[in-house]
Amino acid sequence: MKISAIITLKKDVLDPQGKVIHKTLDGMGFKDVNGVRQGKYFEIDVNENDPTKARGLVEDMCKKLLTNLVIENYKIIETQ
Amino acid sequence: MKSSVITFPGSNCDRDMDVALKKFGFNNKMVWHDDIELPKSDLVVLPGGFSYGDYLRCGSMASKSKIMQSVINFAKSGGLVMGICNGFQILVESGLVPGVLLRNKYLEFICKNVFVKINNKDNPYFKNLNKEVFELHIAHNEGNYFCTRDQLKEIEDNNQIAIYYCNDNGETKEISNPNGSINNIAGIFNKEKNVLGMMPHPERMIDQSLSGEDGSIFFKNLINNIK
Repeated sequence: MKISAIITLKKDVLDPQGKVIHKTLDGMGFKDVNGVRQGKYFEIDVNENDPTKARGLVEDMCKKLLTNLVIENYKIIETQ
Repeated sequence: MKSSVITFPGSNCDRDMDVALKKFGFNNKMVWHDDIELPKSDLVVLPGGFSYGDYLRCGSMASKSKIMQSVINFAKSGGLVMGICNGFQILVESGLVPGVLLRNKYLEFICKNVFVKINNKDNPYFKNLNKEVFELHIAHNEGNYFCTRDQLKEIEDNNQIAIYYCNDNGETKEISNPNGSINNIAGIFNKEKNVLGMMPHPERMIDQSLSGEDGSIFFKNLINNIK
């Protein structure tokens, strides 16, 4: 079963890449952008068909490797 | 005095560190990341480089490699562990020192000489040094030290800040901060001060004809402190 996880920077952490993207968008004419934060997206195919167990597995991966909890949050967004 | 330098896939300052340690009297061994046992050591060094291509987050993969469990146990039992540059990133990812290293504030890879000021000499690394300001080399893309406000208070209260970026007079002002690090922090200790992580490379300053000798002063003092 495939589980997706989104990793985002916490609110107080500076995201220079997001800032540059925001500036570039502004320069391209996208004037209605209030802010951009860049994150990471993972699709993980696990050998587990129980949705709760599969989510639990990916959550464990998020805590132990995929996320640095000092600066990042994770969100498991989709189960298919 | 015995030392071990860990080589991860993508480490590129491991040999420089080996040369530096041997030059000042260490009996150094190179240790592969996939090994499980650490040789008997008085000092373990995690060298600079780009372990695992900096994938995911710098140092994150290396911090989970097989040898790291032994390094963590060694550190927890009081052994000296020093992480330089990517080695510092591996230390924060392992949880051996607090905080993280973010992308440099101005998104540039920085490669230049900087001055750093020693903040705390009550530890095996800087004890007995009769010099406060060192000129050392930095070369990194993710050296922007960050920690939460609570962590910052804790590391300040425990005197865990090892070195600050400064000017040649030792003044730690924003203008001498190359990468956006909180409070100009260039290196920190764990609570017990046996683990040191820092972005500057002392191993690149051990030869007057190439660069400078401030690294030599550091290594000579270090081996004397360990003896």
